[in-house]
Amino acid sequence: MSELANISAIAPEIVLAIGAMALLMAGAFSSKTASVSTDQIVETQHESGMIWAGIAVLALACALIFTLPSESQLIFGGALVVDSFSQFMKVLILIAGIGGLILSFDYLEGKGLSKFEYPVLVLLSCAGMLLMVSANDLISLYLALELSSLPLYILAAFHRDNLRSSEAGLKYFVLGALSSGMLLYGASLIYGFTGSTAFSEIAKVPALQDGVLNVGLIFGLVFLLVGLAFKVSAVPFHMWTPDVYEGAPTPVTAFFAAAPKLAAMALLMRVLGGAFSGLSDQWQQIIIFVSIASMVLGAVAAIGQNNIKRMMAYSSIGHVGFALVGVAANSQDGAQATLVYLAIYLAMTLGVFAGILAMRRHDLLVEDIDGLSGLAQNNLPLASGIAILMFSLAGLPPLAGFIGKLYVFSAAIEAGLYPLAIIGVLASVIAAYYYLRVVKVMFFDEPKEKFSPVHGKLSLIMGAAVIFIIGFMVVPSPLVQAATDAAKSLSFLK
Amino acid sequence: MDIGIGHYLSVAACLFTLGILGIFLNRKNVIVILMSIELMLLAVNINLVAFSSFMPREGGLTGDLTGQVFALFVLTVAAAEAAIGLAIVVAYFRNRGSIAVDDINMMKG
Repeated sequence: MSELANISAIAPEIVLAIGAMALLMAGAFSSKTASVSTDQIVETQHESGMIWAGIAVLALACALIFTLPSESQLIFGGALVVDSFSQFMKVLILIAGIGGLILSFDYLEGKGLSKFEYPVLVLLSCAGMLLMVSANDLISLYLALELSSLPLYILAAFHRDNLRSSEAGLKYFVLGALSSGMLLYGASLIYGFTGSTAFSEIAKVPALQDGVLNVGLIFGLVFLLVGLAFKVSAVPFHMWTPDVYEGAPTPVTAFFAAAPKLAAMALLMRVLGGAFSGLSDQWQQIIIFVSIASMVLGAVAAIGQNNIKRMMAYSSIGHVGFALVGVAANSQDGAQATLVYLAIYLAMTLGVFAGILAMRRHDLLVEDIDGLSGLAQNNLPLASGIAILMFSLAGLPPLAGFIGKLYVFSAAIEAGLYPLAIIGVLASVIAAYYYLRVVKVMFFDEPKEKFSPVHGKLSLIMGAAVIFIIGFMVVPSPLVQAATDAAKSLSFLK
Repeated sequence: MDIGIGHYLSVAACLFTLGILGIFLNRKNVIVILMSIELMLLAVNINLVAFSSFMPREGGLTGDLTGQVFALFVLTVAAAEAAIGLAIVVAYFRNRGSIAVDDINMMKG
């Protein structure tokens, strides 16, 4: 394949990388002059212009993805692969990036955090995540993972004068570095026992050689899964999630809950369905265990939380568990179910975080669930928006969250994983308790002081999420069709 | 006695375990955690280079460059990771006035 074809196939990533560098230069050279004549208003406008530019770059990358051909092509000597699966996930990740940036305008201004580095970091991280989705080799997997993680560590500590934010950054860094170390150790073992880092070569090595299990390869696979489980924050590697979600600035938390999880799930599916489809007996047990543990812990541990960001952290752990049910099914249907689930999860997460960012009194963010009490009397549109999102997160029919769960559980049942599906349904019943508690607090408790007026951009994101959730049950076919096409390009067994 | 691949892998496994234990057992200082992370990555590099040098090739030869290229990439990323880690530790120290591991307890984990 010619060089030009290689480059046009990863044009979105290149646009993001160049865009990030251009914004960095623009920020570095323009803020020098701005800092001399500190005209606050002019500077804020200038910084929000940077965020708009970041959104424009992300949107351009998103548009470029649609121009790519949908058949699978290997580029750069098989280091990366571009197919309909990667296109589907890339579009979701870019939507998460755009949503995360739109949510951050007013928050950053309010906290005096509008620095030009913010959109640059988001762009770099998104570039890493897009490469992660396309990775088809252990080296490109590791490099893409680090490119996406390193900016995230900085973003978690972005409010650097705030103790909780820097503590969140520190915790995320230490556990993230530990997880990438584990992943790398696994990658080195896989390389040693298969003789190659390319997924296509790894897939050719059988699990059984002369009747003996290839223990080194399985060992490597386990380490690799541990590293990826850290990134998707699946139990038992979830310890960092609540602390980081609570401490990080709220728009950053929204971005964390959406984009990196999608990218890591995509990577997990690519690795398991591509490189290790021959070892499915081995990894299926691990994924089933991790999935059950995540669903149960996500449901039980969130009950006692009073901070809504911590609650959403446990909720996202639970949702990762549900998405993993589809992966555990090890089938085309399962992969498709997981993709649909992730798309719905993305919309719900962005919407809920828009709601959390709208909870402000006297320019201070309210993070307690009790702070929402009686919201329905004061601001009915906001309260009903949050309520619809909570119903959908809980999986109440007929909202999108229910349909997503229906897809993953029916895939699990078709694959014969009855215990997994039953435990999943029970966990989602338990989880419904704390989602419904938020609704109860909003609609039936004594009203408190009014919130500050909601910013237009937050209502935009939340409105879009609610429309998606309601619209999906009316016209599900576009998303489901795209997910079906995307799942076809993965080589799961059935 | 011949030094074979098993010896290299054992050393790497020991270093890797030490790195993980260093992260979890250390109660003193965040810098020690950063050092432990480096130790883990170095263990991986030993693994990669050992595998790459002992990898069987056609014609009865051994050696495969991929592992060494991988090790170089890991070194580069480890440097970037350490830079970011130290920057975050500095930012944390400014707010807290301490980098003792026991003091990182604002939020209950």
